[in-house]
Formats: sequence, structure tokens, C-alpha cells
Amino acid sequence: MNKTLYDKLWEMHAVNPDSDGETLLYIDRHFLHEVTSPQAFEGIEKKGLNPWRLDSNVATPDHNVSTQRGKMMDIDKADHSLSKIQLIELDKNCKKFGVTQYDINSEKQGIVHVIGPEQGLTLPGMTIVCGDSHTSTHGAFACLSMGIGTSEVEHVLATQCLRVRKLANMRINVIGTPKHWITPKDVILHIISKIGTAGGTGHAIEFAGEYIESLSMEGRMTICNMSIEAGAKVGMVAYDLITETYLKERIDENDPNMIEALNQWSQLHSDQGSEFDREIVIDVTDLLPQVSWGTSPEMTIDFNDDIPKTPKTKKALEYMGLENEDNLLGVAFDKVFIGSCTNSRIEDLRATAAAIKGRQKAKTIKEVLVVPGSRAVQAQAEIEGLDKIFIEAGFSWRDPGCSMCLGMNEDKLTPYERCASTSNRNFEGRQGHLGRTHLVSPFVAGLIAIHGHLPKDLSEYHYER
Amino acid sequence: MKDKISGIAAQLLIDNIDTDQIIPTEFLKSIKKYGFGDYLFDGWRYLKDGDLDTPVDQRGIREDFILNQPPYNQAKILLAGDNFGCGSSREHAVWALRDFGIEAVLATSFGDIFYNNCFKNNVLAIKLKPEEFDKVSSFVSNDPFQLSISLANKQLEIGDQKIIFDIEDSLIQRVIHDLDDVDITLKEAEAIKAFEAKHLTAKPWL
Repeated sequence: MNKTLYDKLWEMHAVNPDSDGETLLYIDRHFLHEVTSPQAFEGIEKKGLNPWRLDSNVATPDHNVSTQRGKMMDIDKADHSLSKIQLIELDKNCKKFGVTQYDINSEKQGIVHVIGPEQGLTLPGMTIVCGDSHTSTHGAFACLSMGIGTSEVEHVLATQCLRVRKLANMRINVIGTPKHWITPKDVILHIISKIGTAGGTGHAIEFAGEYIESLSMEGRMTICNMSIEAGAKVGMVAYDLITETYLKERIDENDPNMIEALNQWSQLHSDQGSEFDREIVIDVTDLLPQVSWGTSPEMTIDFNDDIPKTPKTKKALEYMGLENEDNLLGVAFDKVFIGSCTNSRIEDLRATAAAIKGRQKAKTIKEVLVVPGSRAVQAQAEIEGLDKIFIEAGFSWRDPGCSMCLGMNEDKLTPYERCASTSNRNFEGRQGHLGRTHLVSPFVAGLIAIHGHLPKDLSEYHYER
Repeated sequence: MKDKISGIAAQLLIDNIDTDQIIPTEFLKSIKKYGFGDYLFDGWRYLKDGDLDTPVDQRGIREDFILNQPPYNQAKILLAGDNFGCGSSREHAVWALRDFGIEAVLATSFGDIFYNNCFKNNVLAIKLKPEEFDKVSSFVSNDPFQLSISLANKQLEIGDQKIIFDIEDSLIQRVIHDLDDVDITLKEAEAIKAFEAKHLTAKPWL
């Protein structure tokens, strides 16, 4: 029978399919962070258990960490007492159970979904879970990866398995060659605006087609990352030469195990003629840069399009302070955030730098935060001199973490501030109480930073991915 | 053993309510599994924003929010719009509903991760067809006191009407018997070990 990529990954890891559709799925890699793990560690401790397969677990603090901590930080001097407790707790639990942690001062620390691939912890064909919905990111490597709740974090620690039901298969074929200002972020925002934030619920999405095949691993990660904003907890891309090239920089090609691995990984694609429960085609040939206008990622339009005004959009427009605006072109922004597990990789920072090079932050913009996804991304950006471009433009160059994507540390909006953000969620209050978030690409974020608003005409700007 | 859920039913008929609305990020700084009830729908419930250190009675109540109004401040059942619980995987969202006193949530669809999380915490999530949901909703609008849920029969009872809902047995059994997944799975430890040995031999790089 012809199998989809998801079918193959599922069968490779199904311990014992049971009669009621619930299957024990074996987990190869488990990432942990400080916010959703303390209760899980407490749970196994109360049961007198230890992690089932210790070396499958890797932890790092990211959600809650200060982005102004410098290269070395003494946890005991962390300023916010509640945040400090979570950092200490993660440290304590990792030491107690022997879990590998890239701690706050490690050169490998960063957002879990950035460091996994970068450190070679994310390998094709793996099942990967983490107590974070953006775990779908790792699907870019032909992995079956998904976000889980804290009870499931405990369950994976205790049993190395998840009790799950098989999802339906969905494929999104992205065709066409887009204009030069278009980044993968615009493409995934556009897909979400088309299929809706529940469009992929109950499905594992495989992203395919000539556009996806042309993307770097960083671009594919951005696309898979936001599967969850389309309702799907699993997003995937087939293994190909681009995947292989990325991995060869991180593995020992002469290791016999790796030769066998490369051989097995080459099968990680949907078979010709395999059937999907749902299949859609998205043509990106004429796509324009995308900007969200509302309080759900599906509320996204072309940057110069009219804002939809219907009884259904009223509540969101009121929250966003856009009741009297026809479009987004004249709207003034207060802050810009470049970062998050969606857009904090080196390519993203290059895209922002390309948009702003040689220009200054607009006077009306109070602050531009640039938060690299990891220490490794930070170091690479500094080698390339991107940090200098940002600092000379008047931006704030920070240390890695989730930062203003979710406003859990001190990086947040104050009420009614309007932010152009490269993150993934524009929910009410997501970046701070009553804050207003517009989701954009790192390229558009750079343009807004230097103009203070969206430019009407993009013809003078150029970005080659 | 629990075989019936009955109590006041409140309605929050907004589509796509995400888990950031159910409980804002600020309250995820707690390392406990309980004590989130005061922060359920925090952004909609209080006049001022707050954190775990701010007593909620100093923040001012938003009188127009349904869960602040009697009798709905005692609600046990919540009827919510489509795609309830989308977004972040935070289980704190379910802990907040549970700690507030919500034992069952009814909607036409749920976020996938949220739906799973409900059954790990003894909260019953029921998916209804749109026409069934509308029927229950209009009934509850008239009388918030009369909805009850019979678990073993998978049945909603409103007055003398009954609506059978569809749910997998393994899920409803968790709510009826308050089962713990780790205990269930560890009964299959031998099968996991056997699978693991084979899997790691075939893929030694793991």
C-alpha cells in the first residue's frame, strides 16, 4: 500500500495499536523547558519513578529568561522572583534526575525549537514531543513532532510513550515562485488566512510542492512551526537533499551508524499515489507581504488590502483600535519585535538586516527588540556583523529566549501599544495586557521599524532569500 | 466514580477562544498544578491586569462578564464557541477551568492539544454537531439550571429531552473512574521494553 510520510512515521513508532483507536506511540526525543515541566517532574517523583530513557530528554530554559542577562548570569540574582523559581526548579530537577540541560549560561542555550535542529538533536524520522505547541517546528526534518500538555510530559518521562489517536492526513501543496520580498512567514500566514485557524484540526499536515522544496531548512521550520496556528499539531516536510545537506554539517558521515541513518532517512517521504484525507493547493506566484489585522492568526490580509469590516470582525477591530481605519497603510506602530521560534534564526535576522541596512529606526518607534533564537544564532549574527547593523539603526540587540512572543519575562507591551511582531500569535494580551500585535515577516518588521508604519510601495526594497 | 454532571451551565459563544484567553501567560509562572481558578479568563474578568502576587479582590470585577454574574459564577458546565482551546498547549488552561469548578465543556470543536489535556484532568470535553449544540444552547439560554450529563450513557439530558453524544470509550472511562494514564501505560511496560529494544537496534543513532 502507498503510505504517506505521516503513516510511515506512525507505523515506525506504534508500540501496540489497541481496539479503541488509542495507540502507545514510542517517543525518540523529549525537549523540556522551565514552564511546563515542574509539575511533571513532581508527578514522577511522587510516583517514585525515574525518566524511562534518560538520554532522550534534553532541557533548556527559554520562555521566562531575561534577554538582557549578558553572557553569564547568576540565577540567584535574577530580578523577577517568580521567574527565578522556575529557572531554579528546572536546574534542580535536571540535576536530580540526571537530565541534560543547556542551562542559562550554556553556549548551546536557546529556544527549544531553535536549538534542537541546530545542535543535531532533531534527526529525521524521530518522534519528538515537548510541552509547547510549536514543537511542530521539528517536522521540517520529516519528524513526527507535536506539542503536549504537562500530564503528557509526565507520561513521556515515565513511560517513553504517548497515548494518542492517529490523525487524518492532509497535504498542502504550495506552488509558484513568489516575488522577492516574500518570506516563508508570508506564505504560512497566507495559508492560515485561507484555511482558518481550525483548518487543520484533527490532521497532520504535510507541506509539499515546488515552493516548499525550494526552501532552506530554516524556511521549512518557519512553515511547520505555525501548523498549530492552522489547527494542526503536526506539520511536516519530506526528507530531501536540502535536509541531508543541513544534517551532514552536524553528524559524522563516516560513522557506520550514520551511513545507515542516511540510507533509512531517504525513505521519509509520502509514496507516489498515497492518499490524503484532505489536499489543497496554494499558489504563491502573486502573493504580497502578509500582515495580521486582528486577534487570531487567520485574521491576515495583504499589506495593502482593505481591513474586513463585518459584524463578526467588530470585536477584534475594537480590541486592535482599528474601527476607523480602512487599511493598515496609515497605521502608526509603537514597537517592533524580531524573534520567537517562528522567526529568530540566522536567515530571519538577515532578512531584517536587508530591509533596514544603512537606515535608522523611525523616531516614532519606541523600541525595536531583536532577540536571536539561540546563543549559536547570536554568535553567527555577530560574526556576520548583523548586530552592528541593528545597533547602529537604534535597535536593541538581546540575549536568546522567547521574549516578547508571549510576554512572560519583562519584554512586553504596555496597554494599547501597537507592535509589528515576527512571532506566531496575535491573541488578545499575548504580548502584554491590552497590547496590539500585528504578525509580519522579519523583512516587513524591518521596514516598519525604519518607517514607523507599513510602506505603501515596496518597489525600492529588495530581499533575496 | 462519577456518573453524572449537573449544575449551572454558562455560555461563552465566541469562536476560537485560545488558551491564552483561558489563562494568560503571566499565571504560568506557578510551579503548582492547582490554584488557577481565580485566573480563569483573567483578561475578561478583571478591570486591572495582575499577577500571582496581586490579590484578585484588589483588581476590580468586570460586572459584564458572565462568569462574574450569579448564578454563573457557580457554573459547572460551559458552552463555548467553535475551536475552543486553540493555541498554546498550556495545561494550565484546563487546570483553571477545573479549579473554577467547570466539570464539562461543550463545543462544536476543540483545539487538539486542549481536548487531550481535558481528559488528563477529569474535565469532560464534549463535541456536538452544530444543530445539537444550537438546541442545547437555546435551552440553556432559557434555563441555566436544567442541563445534566449522564456519563455512562453518553447522554445530555435537558428537561425530558435526551441527546446522545459521541465520545471514545477510553476517554469517558477516564472521567468516570478518574484514571491515571501513567498507571494504565505502565501495565504495558514489557511491551514497551520489547518495542524499544527492537527500535533502538534498528536505529542505533537514536
